Amino acid sequence: MSDTAIDRSRLTVSDEVAIQILGMNKWYGAFHVLRDINLTINKGERIVVCGPSGSGKSTLIRCINRLEEHQSGKIVVDGIELTNDLKHIDQVRSEVGMVFQHFNLFPHLTILENCTLAPIWVRKVPKKEAVETAMYYLEKVKIPEQANKYPGQLSGGQQQRVAIARSLCMRPNIMLFDEPTSALDPEMIKEVLDTMIQLAEEGMTMICVTHEMGFARQVANRVIFMDQGQIVEQNEPEAFFNNPRSDRTRLFLSQILGH
Amino acid sequence: MSGTHAHSAAFVRDRMIPQEPPPDRSIGALGWLRQNLFSSWLNAALTLVSLALIGALLAAVLPWVVHSSWTANSLSECREQIKAAYGPEESGACWAVIRERWSQLIFGFYPSEIYWRPILAFGTALGGLAPVLFPGVPRRALYLTAAAPFLVPWLLWGGTVWLPVAVAFGFVLGYAGFRVVAPWAGGILGAIAAGLVPVLWWLLLAGKAAGGLQEILPLGIEPVSSRNFGGFMLSITIGLTAITLSLPIGILLALGRQSRMFIVKVICVGVIEFVRGVPLITLLFVAWLLLNYFMPPNTNFDIILRVIIMVTLFASAYVAEVIRGGLAALPRGQYEAADALGLDYWKAQRLIVMPQALKISIPGIVSTFIGVFKDTTLVSIIGLLDPVGFSNSIRADVNWNGIVWELYGFIALMFFIFCFSMSRYSMYLERRLRTGHR
Repeated sequence: MSDTAIDRSRLTVSDEVAIQILGMNKWYGAFHVLRDINLTINKGERIVVCGPSGSGKSTLIRCINRLEEHQSGKIVVDGIELTNDLKHIDQVRSEVGMVFQHFNLFPHLTILENCTLAPIWVRKVPKKEAVETAMYYLEKVKIPEQANKYPGQLSGGQQQRVAIARSLCMRPNIMLFDEPTSALDPEMIKEVLDTMIQLAEEGMTMICVTHEMGFARQVANRVIFMDQGQIVEQNEPEAFFNNPRSDRTRLFLSQILGH
Repeated sequence: MSGTHAHSAAFVRDRMIPQEPPPDRSIGALGWLRQNLFSSWLNAALTLVSLALIGALLAAVLPWVVHSSWTANSLSECREQIKAAYGPEESGACWAVIRERWSQLIFGFYPSEIYWRPILAFGTALGGLAPVLFPGVPRRALYLTAAAPFLVPWLLWGGTVWLPVAVAFGFVLGYAGFRVVAPWAGGILGAIAAGLVPVLWWLLLAGKAAGGLQEILPLGIEPVSSRNFGGFMLSITIGLTAITLSLPIGILLALGRQSRMFIVKVICVGVIEFVRGVPLITLLFVAWLLLNYFMPPNTNFDIILRVIIMVTLFASAYVAEVIRGGLAALPRGQYEAADALGLDYWKAQRLIVMPQALKISIPGIVSTFIGVFKDTTLVSIIGLLDPVGFSNSIRADVNWNGIVWELYGFIALMFFIFCFSMSRYSMYLERRLRTGHR
């Protein structure tokens, strides 16, 4: 999809563990949405999670910053285990950035205020410094000139780039992307993907739920396929796309790539 | 030429069409008239009929308003003056009653030599509200906002200056209680301490402390009894207090109603549903007749204070429900984004949720406020002399027996001015907070 050249040799994966999920299960009422998830993600990995709708992929990454609560098993993020302890949850949330399908910018605040709010109120960064950081990241996503506008005045692609900048202002170690391009017009998908590629090149640990298979091929070092709340297959992108081993994966790939 | 070729599907535009002005018919004053008043035969007919009706109404009322007397000292003198001036068949308004009694309609039986005190009190209240209501006011005015709740009642009721000081000290104690308890017992116990300590102080010690200080250093102004309060001063005192207090209480009730803590939720739902389920007039009767039975013996709980508590409670329940509507209209994604950025519950509420929920609820909240302000006239039923109560006593006067329209017209006009300004303010606020598409 994206034709920005990416130098894969610059993408390195460390031996240190960023996220560890062990025997994790989750239910919505009586419905078993996530079943025995085991996953270890090292620092610097770019993981793409795909699968049919309702397969639990969004729920999985929302468990990583505790937007959803898991009922059994263990999730350790950056050495902090997610339990009911609010301190741990807030600590993890300030280390983990998240980008949503519908951007979820705060419509009553300007772009700049969106970006400085959490650093000022959560990290207690002085306002001047927070503004400098925000402008740095807004420049990075190539919209510094929109800083004093409101989200409602921006296009979808611009809003999503602001959302990425807003997360980066907290200087997270890990970024979660929950279908970041699914709500965008086709013309705007590229600008968001380019921003994400840039981020990958800088060594960010990324977990992306997405249907952009071009992005997965180009950037991911691992693709995870989920169905019915389980991890069905995971592999390096080349092998995943060229030699899917499970029938379910093959069917899925033929459906999304076949037309 | 840029038309399509008749039998071919292929088409390439060779010239883009530039922007052109709209046709003359749809712009300017004539365009406006045509669009809004005379767009069809039916619309034109309705316009003409409405104009005729308005004309007839004004023709009937205006002479009565203008053919009036301002100088008479009784209703019968009024009628004679009008007959003498405009002819024996004419009837006109007797505005003289407003001239003679307007100070009472405004201040009740408040001693006239200290009218400056309520005037200064409402000036202080408005000065304290200004930085909250308008962004252009210097932030230093917020000190006045903090002082107004203690200064205004002191100016109105008078007495020793140490009482408001002692009451204000309760808040300092509450803050201190929170700072002492919260670090080792957690936020919830800290909040309980912050609530309990000042209440105990106010109930048990504040009065004695104020009395003691007054003996050491007597500082005070002439006290005025609640029985002397009346007129619009009374309406504004009750209305303004209830309005300013019901917003924060309503916010807390609305949040409590959505809380995951079961007990908090049950209490909030109970309060809201009970208060909404009971007519205000019943609550006022409770304040008037019953409340003293629940108080410790020999405490004389001021009647105006009791009424203010009831009206505030009443307004809070309605405001809470209006705000709940605003909260429900907020997309879930806003909560999730706030959570994902690591904001805790209170910060998320204060910075993300409430600014948006309140903005959505502005029309409903202001409607509630206007309703509450008008409902203050109900206190006339429990014997307080608000403007309506006072108009009854004026009509009981031999000189003015039989006068109706002029008094109620004046009261209605005053209420209209207050309520209309609230309505205009809410529209200004909505315009100022609109951030969607500019």
